[in-house]
Amino acid sequence: MRIACPFCGTREVGEFTYLGDAKPKRPAMVALGDAGAVGEAEAFYEYVYLRDNTAGEMSEHWYHGGGCRSWLRVRRNTTTHEITSVEAAPGTGASALPPSKSGARS
Amino acid sequence: MKYSIFSLARAALSGHKTWPRTWRDPAPKPHYDVVIIGGGGHGLATAWYLASKFGIRDVAVLEKGWIGSGNAGRNTTIIRSNYGLPGNIGFYELSMKLWERMEQDLNYNTMVSQRGIINLYHSDAQRDAFARRGNAMRVNGIDAELLEAVELRKMLPFLNYDNARFPIQGGLLQRRAGTARHDAVVWGYAHAADKLGVDVIQNCEVTGFTRNQNGKINGVETSRGRIAAGKVGMAVAGNSSRVAAMAGLRLPIESHVLQAFVSEAIKPLIPGVITFGAGHFYVSQSDKGGLVFGGDLDGYNSYAQRGNMPVMEDVCEGGMALMPMIGRVRMLRQWGGIMDMSMDGSPIIDKSPVDGLYLNAGWCYGGFKATPASGLTFAHLLARDEPHGEATRFRLDRFQRGMMIDEKGQGPQPNLH
Repeated sequence: MRIACPFCGTREVGEFTYLGDAKPKRPAMVALGDAGAVGEAEAFYEYVYLRDNTAGEMSEHWYHGGGCRSWLRVRRNTTTHEITSVEAAPGTGASALPPSKSGARS
Repeated sequence: MKYSIFSLARAALSGHKTWPRTWRDPAPKPHYDVVIIGGGGHGLATAWYLASKFGIRDVAVLEKGWIGSGNAGRNTTIIRSNYGLPGNIGFYELSMKLWERMEQDLNYNTMVSQRGIINLYHSDAQRDAFARRGNAMRVNGIDAELLEAVELRKMLPFLNYDNARFPIQGGLLQRRAGTARHDAVVWGYAHAADKLGVDVIQNCEVTGFTRNQNGKINGVETSRGRIAAGKVGMAVAGNSSRVAAMAGLRLPIESHVLQAFVSEAIKPLIPGVITFGAGHFYVSQSDKGGLVFGGDLDGYNSYAQRGNMPVMEDVCEGGMALMPMIGRVRMLRQWGGIMDMSMDGSPIIDKSPVDGLYLNAGWCYGGFKATPASGLTFAHLLARDEPHGEATRFRLDRFQRGMMIDEKGQGPQPNLH
């Protein structure tokens, strides 16, 4: 399996570290006792522990530790391992940079 | 029929042409008291225990492919009960005791071989951790021995004791641990359950659930038609999230690929199971002569039942570091399974939040050794609607209650367990 890093080009998967599903969004925290605190505990439990665990295309976070050390958001099919898109993960430092000229050709 | 030396002799006289089917091939009935989704070791064991221990014989096991084609047919055959945390210690020892009587219980040769397992340690900190786990086992009446390098050298002279990065200081030994023939376990449970009237139905994929007017699950839709059920139990390992989604449920599980490897057959070389946890490598030798070995997960979600080169290289490097003598042996076969990695590395045996649906999931890469106890405790839950005494902590809501069973201490990151 190879991942086309937008900054380094296509590199083999051993250069990258997997975090997981990019879909879960960390809920805004509310102090205990505030209105809505009980609902927040449930939302935080779902964020930390529950996963879609899709068989098919999913969006996931990979870290290019063996290269430019950017956080990437990758769309990959979990039944075929086919990767359909790779971009700098939104909200990370790398997402503010333009892809380098040597970036992904695939 | 009862398998014995006499049945073997009779059949031999006919040129082995008179053996009956090991299990029937029935068409699905319209209704069963219990429908079990998943014809692997756990599903079939559950069916046998329901029939033999709880008197519930109106049971169907539905398997989307052929029985044992999932992780039951892909594991590295290790059985052991050397866990360190409450919840796990007693459960896996229950399983070990059931392994010890399995062949008599099932009237089937599952080649249970208690050849021992050694977990090697390479530092004072690892030694202390292994001593703690060994003592936890002994406190619970389970055999454990902490050996130093000088004793290990007598048992396993071929290991690389003076490896510069991972010098072998000793190991934790469980003598009663060992291996069993995974395919035979599946066939043995299928045979024994079928003899008691359980319908083992292959090529039958569940595509959805049916519900009554109160929302209770009362059956399944399958590729071979609709089947009504009093209760439905799912034991589908890496496919747990897919089946749970049919009931509108999300689980604390990610499905990951674990690779395993077999070498060409060689003369007896490795006496028991040897694990090099620090180097992501473990090995045993099958009775056919092949070295059966593996390492860590690839690390990314996968349903592909195959992995990639970095792990193959890593596993082979670990093997060479530990026992350089295997360097000339050729790798024969490699494959992967779908591990239902849970958020604490421990299993879930519990009612689901949906009435009528029961969960058996989250076995990570450790499900094979659990096969008999998983069958017994899941059958207990299905029959009595109460958890078995050795499975009371395997609750789905333990994550919400902060009662995780995290042997590795890695937290809610499934690919690290």
